[in-house]
Amino acid sequence: MKTLKRLLKNFAFTAGLLLTLLLVLAALAAPLLAPHDPNHQDTGRRLEAPSQNHPLGLDDLGRDVLSRIVYGSRVSLRVGFSVVLLASLIGITLGAIAGYFGGWADVLVMRTCDILLSFPGILLAIALVAVLGPSLNNVILALVISAWVGYARLVRGQVLKVREMEYVTAARAMGAKSPRVIILHVLPNVINPVIVMATLGLAGAILSEAALSFLGLGVQPPTPSWGAMLTAGRRYLGLANHLAIFPGAAIMLAVMGLNFLGDGLIDALDPKYRKLMR
Amino acid sequence: MTQYIIRRILQMIPITLGILTLIFSLIHLIPGDPAMQIAGEGARPEDVANVRKALGLDQPLWKQYVTYISNLAHGDLGRSFRTNESVAKEIAARYPATMVLAFGSMLVALLVAFPLGIISAIYRNSWIDNVARFFALIGVSMPSFWFGPLLIIAFAINRQWFPVSGREEGWKSLVLPSITMGLALSAILTRMIRVSLAEELNQLYVTTAVAKGVSRGKAIFRHALKNALIPVITILALQFGSLLTGAIITEQIFSWPGLGRLLIQSITTRDYPQVQASILVIALTYIMVNFISDLLYGVVDPRIKLE
Repeated sequence: MKTLKRLLKNFAFTAGLLLTLLLVLAALAAPLLAPHDPNHQDTGRRLEAPSQNHPLGLDDLGRDVLSRIVYGSRVSLRVGFSVVLLASLIGITLGAIAGYFGGWADVLVMRTCDILLSFPGILLAIALVAVLGPSLNNVILALVISAWVGYARLVRGQVLKVREMEYVTAARAMGAKSPRVIILHVLPNVINPVIVMATLGLAGAILSEAALSFLGLGVQPPTPSWGAMLTAGRRYLGLANHLAIFPGAAIMLAVMGLNFLGDGLIDALDPKYRKLMR
Repeated sequence: MTQYIIRRILQMIPITLGILTLIFSLIHLIPGDPAMQIAGEGARPEDVANVRKALGLDQPLWKQYVTYISNLAHGDLGRSFRTNESVAKEIAARYPATMVLAFGSMLVALLVAFPLGIISAIYRNSWIDNVARFFALIGVSMPSFWFGPLLIIAFAINRQWFPVSGREEGWKSLVLPSITMGLALSAILTRMIRVSLAEELNQLYVTTAVAKGVSRGKAIFRHALKNALIPVITILALQFGSLLTGAIITEQIFSWPGLGRLLIQSITTRDYPQVQASILVIALTYIMVNFISDLLYGVVDPRIKLE
């Protein structure tokens, strides 16, 4: 409760929380919030500027931009949550095994991490989607394969510290088996930084999905996706600038909100970081 | 130092082999029959057979791998399906453009991050610091594929100060793409310089210097800043990788004729030898930059125990 009160006093965290809640609300209530069908085409009014009926204008196929942005939040959140959930599960499992047991398990996991980390940014995701074919599920798969590494390394580092603690030794001495020790005693004490990483990872996944869709490797039409909307926006710069401005603003607000949230959590959970800022 | 260099080179060998193996396996990840997928729907059986032979897919897997590694060792990256030219030749033509863009972005990032980070550290918790921190958050949140088009609208379409796309107008063509790519890096560096310099300013040697009569400015710029830059150099080198992948997107926005644009074009045309080779070159560049930054770190800070 004390932590929550301190968090809510932090302007950035509160702003981030509000933006994130707005994003989630848009995704959940898209059919109620979107004023028009996102796939309905009015080709006679292509590229129309913002108006009273269409506050954010129409796109290159005469579809309402606001409705497509609202529905696009579903794609972003679906990718974001799927990637974070799967990547963290895989990463926590492998990181805990590597850190707790050491030996060959550690070597195998860490060397795999080293190889995957040798691919900068979303290059590996681009490579995987290039061969698997562009689709929402392949984007999720590609991003999970790139993302689990960060969780594994983080958890492994934390587990290495925690496994030497007396309460862990005591649990082992009392006959607790390794899985029980890891799940009940080790992992709860390494979960805080994982939560922060997951929050920032959600922002990263949304940004990566948008980037892949912008490059034509992500969600395929007619499914609304913020990144794909920006591809169209780029084609019509100077003619219909609203196509470039509004989807990008949606991405930025979503990512900014999650980054604020993550920063606020770091502030609350990491005393060393808080001390440095005062 | 020599021992350290040798040890790092030896560490790089298995990682490089791992990367080569992963890139080799990419073709085999293609769902179904890779040769049929690459030849495309409606391809004649003889075309599919030709593709299979050209990619070596008619050979046993181990033989394909050995041939792949052997060809790489001889600098043979294969032939493009689209142009039938050597893939290495195409990459060599495009690579310099990507490097120019990456270094241009680094320059922009340093020009923004240094003054902002230093002022932010000196006047921490003031309104300047808050502005700098807000800028840092905006910088990492703003996607380049949004920022780039906004710059095009503002400075290439509405004002015509810079070209919309391409590389034909020399340094003018480089400005907008460099700013696009440099923004996120400048945000990260601003934050890093701020944190690092703030830590150094809290150290006793700075207090001692000021107590002995050294001006505050001299204490900051001559003593603290030098030490504060050490982690910044490492971050800069590590972020170079992000610049390489950022270039893939920025080159699309500005039709910049670099390696990133070649990669996306190759994916679109299913030119898999070109795809594999482009990814390989980017990944190897990243490893080399990390290796050089490790060495640089040891040289810049004599305190670093390299064992």
